[in-house]
Amino acid sequence: MSLMPKFLCAAAALALTAGTAFAEPAIIYDLGGKYDKSFNEAAFHGAERWAKESGKKFREVEIQSEAQREQVLMRLAQSGANPIAMTGFAFADVLNKVAPEYPKTKFAIVDSVVKQPNVESIVFTEEQGSYLVGMMAAMASKSGTVGFIGGMDIPLIHKFECGYAQGVKAVNAKAKVIVNYTGTTPAAWNDPVKGGELAKAQMSQGADVIYAAAGGTGVGVLQAAADGKILSIGVDSNQNYMHPGQVLTSMTKRVDNAIYNVFKAGADLKPGVKVMDLKAGGVAPAMDANNAKLVTPAMKAAVEKATKGIEDGTIKVHDYTTDNKCPVN
Amino acid sequence: MSFETLISILDSTIRLGTPLLLACLAGLFSERSGIFDIGLEGKMLVAAFLSAAVAYLTHNAWLGLLAGIAGSLVFSMIHGLASITFRGNQLISGVAINMLASGITVLVGQNWFHLGGGTPALSDSARFNDITLPLAKTLSGVPYLGRIYDQLISGHSILVYVAFLAVPATWWVLFKTRFGLRLRAVGENPSAVDTAGVSVVGLRYGALVITGILCGLAGSYLSTSLAAGFGKEMTAGRGYIALAALIFAKWRPWQALGATMFFGFLAALSIRYATIDIGFLVIPSEFMDALPYILTVVILAGFVGKAIPPRAGGEPYVKER
Repeated sequence: MSLMPKFLCAAAALALTAGTAFAEPAIIYDLGGKYDKSFNEAAFHGAERWAKESGKKFREVEIQSEAQREQVLMRLAQSGANPIAMTGFAFADVLNKVAPEYPKTKFAIVDSVVKQPNVESIVFTEEQGSYLVGMMAAMASKSGTVGFIGGMDIPLIHKFECGYAQGVKAVNAKAKVIVNYTGTTPAAWNDPVKGGELAKAQMSQGADVIYAAAGGTGVGVLQAAADGKILSIGVDSNQNYMHPGQVLTSMTKRVDNAIYNVFKAGADLKPGVKVMDLKAGGVAPAMDANNAKLVTPAMKAAVEKATKGIEDGTIKVHDYTTDNKCPVN
Repeated sequence: MSFETLISILDSTIRLGTPLLLACLAGLFSERSGIFDIGLEGKMLVAAFLSAAVAYLTHNAWLGLLAGIAGSLVFSMIHGLASITFRGNQLISGVAINMLASGITVLVGQNWFHLGGGTPALSDSARFNDITLPLAKTLSGVPYLGRIYDQLISGHSILVYVAFLAVPATWWVLFKTRFGLRLRAVGENPSAVDTAGVSVVGLRYGALVITGILCGLAGSYLSTSLAAGFGKEMTAGRGYIALAALIFAKWRPWQALGATMFFGFLAALSIRYATIDIGFLVIPSEFMDALPYILTVVILAGFVGKAIPPRAGGEPYVKER
């Protein structure tokens, strides 16, 4: 019996130390879901890479509805998770509300700028990456008509579209870009059947390269393109492997690197805006064995030249979100 | 609108209308026998999941189809058990089926494939591919008619043709056979059927078996033909649209074909055109998506003809009071 208090003491001490060291990072995935093969999945891979390298654990939550955003964010902050990363612009409003309530917790948001002293906002220059894949699309197209299928109709996706259209027109000023959006609600990120129908509709209008910036909906676009024997372009994660030899390239957005860096910095995360551009390796067209046969030397050279041009500022790619206008189309 | 555009929109109409048609006929059998079935959505979802999962594992679309039908049948029988044998509330049982399907597909899918509730993409052998009807290519040169045959009628998956054949078959079964007469009678006045010495319970279960098979076909078409694999919640409300079409069609098979193809056409239009400009006003595509529901409300309110559901619908049959 005399051992018991000692045990209790030891257990309490252990619990205490565990409590202080218990500052696990956490990540919240947006409605597209953790396994959307695209944006959220990239974030998951980044977190996983950190966990593997550091041997530590992280916490993750997949929200199921709009109403859960604030709830989940508050609960994670209350439980002492630090830093808390979230993927998606849709968290901006709630984060603006929640962040001041937990001044000691660091937050990171991808794809939106939240001006709070304890928030790191990570934004990507999607227009630059999209410009490069747009050039490749225009060079690969035989019909001179290419397609773009967006997910939810929001300014962020127009940024992809506008960059893409600029890249297409830079190669072939007469090329036609057909644009479709899946919907106006978050359900538009996860409707592969509608994505496939949109792709088929674009094909019947002559499109022979289709760029899908639509999260989980893009799976249907890529499938329909492969079925119709035309080329497609993936987004966010490298999706070249999904239909080898049928996916021209993928506009990778290194959300994985962003989340990895956030977790690595831990509680010392530096608040402010972090721009992941072409130079920083934030965005790039994916080149691997699956699309090696599709990418001609001329394409490669053109992309390399344009990359240099964008980096040194000789090529200016317009960012749609600055004025909600696109210079082409 | 050019001829080519029209053809491609109608082609899309057939693809999008087929799952609605199958689900609508499924609901028709069930509701004509006096069992309201708002669980069409859930049955389609389960069938879509099982078809894709089994097709992926066996590389055989037909085995997938069988598994999908089996899954849908099980759910159909659960509905029957709750609402026929135990005389429960049919609407609540239907809602329960939808919720169960939505949860269980993701749970089992995650456990089997670790892809967030979806299945991996299916290869060609595991899918129902488009089939080209005989002479389609040779006739494609014929203006108009040849093109309609080649692009509109030919080149769909076999399940599409099954769905279209199911319409006359349903009509024949319902209106030309003894079983059909009894089925309709049991939905209008079950005690009369019982008095005639025919089992009400047996007939209603029989109707639910047909419902299960048709929902299985609908779900299987979604995941192994229209798409290549299952994704969570992939039915996306099609079961409810099918119910709306059923009311729109006033519980009749040929009208069901018209209603589902009309709703499919609306969906195809909204996919093709983000906005429709008809001169003096611009219609957003969201309006087209909402139109099936608006029309159903209009019909139900009795503005355009009256929709009279089977009289005994929704009420469990009690032999002795």
